Order: sequence, then C-alpha cells, then structure tokens
Amino acid sequence: MLPEPSLPFAAAFAPALLDPARSTPSVVTGPNGKAAGRRYDVYRNNVTVSLIDALAAVYPAVQRITGPEFFRAMARFHVRSHPPTSPLLFEYGRDFPAFIEAYEHAQDMPWLADVARIERAWLDAYHAADAAPLSPARLSAVTPDHLADLVFVPHPAARCLRSQYAAVTIFAANRDGAPLPRIDASTPEDALITRPAFDVTVHRLPPGGAVFADGLISGLSLGEAAASALDAAAGFDIAANIAGLIEAGTFISLACGDPS
Amino acid sequence: MSAKHAVTSLVLAGAVSTALATLAAAGPLTKAEGEAAMAAKKEKCFGVALKGQNDCAAGPGTTCQGTSTVDFQGNAWKFVQGGTCTSIELPNGKKGSLKPV
Repeated sequence: MLPEPSLPFAAAFAPALLDPARSTPSVVTGPNGKAAGRRYDVYRNNVTVSLIDALAAVYPAVQRITGPEFFRAMARFHVRSHPPTSPLLFEYGRDFPAFIEAYEHAQDMPWLADVARIERAWLDAYHAADAAPLSPARLSAVTPDHLADLVFVPHPAARCLRSQYAAVTIFAANRDGAPLPRIDASTPEDALITRPAFDVTVHRLPPGGAVFADGLISGLSLGEAAASALDAAAGFDIAANIAGLIEAGTFISLACGDPS
Repeated sequence: MSAKHAVTSLVLAGAVSTALATLAAAGPLTKAEGEAAMAAKKEKCFGVALKGQNDCAAGPGTTCQGTSTVDFQGNAWKFVQGGTCTSIELPNGKKGSLKPV
C-alpha cells in the first residue's frame, strides 16, 4: 500500500503541472527554502512529455501518418485539456480519437480518428482477459430448432468498429513500416479486432458483417443478428460470416437466448 | 426480429452446417479443393489485415522509459503534416496537405 499522499501539498503542487503559464507553486522550495522554479519546470516538462509519449505509444499509426512534429503538437493540446484519470498509463488517451476528430488542423484527414479508434481497440484487445475461443464442435451440437434463439458469448478481446473510410487499410499500412502504396480513403471499411491466443488480429469485415458481428457481440440472437445483417446488405452470406467470426476467435461459448 | 427479413430456422440450419463444413474443410476435400475453398473464403470475408506485432506495442507504462526529452512549445510549423498522409487520397482530390492549414 502506498503512503497516503499529503493532500494539501498535492492540491497546491498539481494545478500548474499542465499549464506552463502558471508560476511555480509556493509549496515547492529547494534547500534552505530557496525558490525552485527550474526544478519544478523539469518535473512539469516530464509530465507533459511522458503523456505525449504515452499517446505516441498507443497511436503509432496516427503518428506515422501525421509525422512526429504534427503528432506531438496535437497530442500536447490533448494532454493539456485531458489530464489522466487513471494511474495506469496504458489506460490514457481513450478520448484521443474524439479529440482528433474535432482537431482543426486534422480536418483534411477525416479518416484519421477512425484509424485511432482501431489502434485503441488493438491495445484494449491486447490487455483483455485471456479466454479459449469457441470450438466449432459446440455449434454442431445445437439442434436446428434452437439456432434462431442461440446467443454467442463474446470473447473479452473482441471488438467491432465501423468506418465511412478505408480505416482498416490505412491502419494496417501504417503499422507495418513498409512504404505506403496510394490508398483511396473513400471505401468504407469495418474492422473486427480479436485476440484468440496471444496475437491481436485485425480483420476487415465484408458488407453486413459489422452489423452481424456487432449484433452477436452485444447479445442479439443468431436469428435477430442475421436478419439485421440482411437488412443492411442484401447479399449477406450468413454461413461465411458465422465461419469467419468463429475462426477469428470472436466468441467463447454459446447460450440459449430467451425465445421471444 | 426484423420486419424486412425473417430468417427461418431452415435457412439458419443450412448456413450453420455450411459454416461448420468450411471450418472443418481439411477433411473430405482434396488438397486442390481445400485450397480453392480457403482462397474463396479469404477473398470473400475476413481478410486478415494485420496480426502478430505484439512484441513492439504493449502500450505505455509497460516499460521503464526515461522521459527527460525537452518538449518545446508548439509553433506554426508543427501543424504541417509530414508523414504518410500524402499517400492517402479521397476521390475529390483531397489528401493530407503539406502546407499549414
């Protein structure tokens, strides 16, 4: 257990940490009560730098797309307006994609926020609990009259994201370090993020696939999810999508839904 | 259930058995058939975009890093995008600019 922090000291020490315009708090002194402005500045600089570095570690593709100078300037604005709320650094920056979406200098990259959302989901999948994926044998044991009400229990790492832009292609191209081909950003792409074992995997879903995956992950029955996917995409292939989701490790078990 | 599309048990049963056959494709198919089925499936759905880069990206706070870099204040030139954004295009010709915006 950590010692109780001295609250009055922290309350005086902290407010100027993310605001360089504010002067050194009077509670900060050097030996013999001398002023310690430069010491406080070192501390203050490290707070900002470590949070910008944290964002760069969570969002490497975004940084590669914008270049480091642009990224760090954008990240600094975010850090100053959104201080951390958890002591766990890998939790930091959850609201950075929304910030990017509104950031005035990034408006000519409307796909950038969705790329950031995939990167955040990637890290969340990485840190999600381990679980063994659903075995196809479990599904083959379900009798046909129970299939419509069947509910799939999602894997803790499974996430589904939808984009109006080619966010999955842009994400993948900027995560692997190879030179970028020309990418047409205008193709809508949906992502399925899973981690069946140790490796996080990002899949691009076929048309209707995200509606289906989202439905099943959020607890819709197989019948309901298939119907809404067919509404979204006329040629939706139920069999290929069931196989794809199971193979990707999206689920861990089956439950019988409430037949209604 | 959807008003437009009710999916019958019969349709679901057919889809599930096809899905299970796909997942178990190794068995009764010849090698060529199996490869063709795999290729068709890859083409159709769930193209894997990226996997297996966990060694380099566990996120911040998971290693002990020094943070003594001095981070200077923002200047106008820091709003110039300098990365791969120029390769990413929208059909109306818009792409990440190399000029300050």
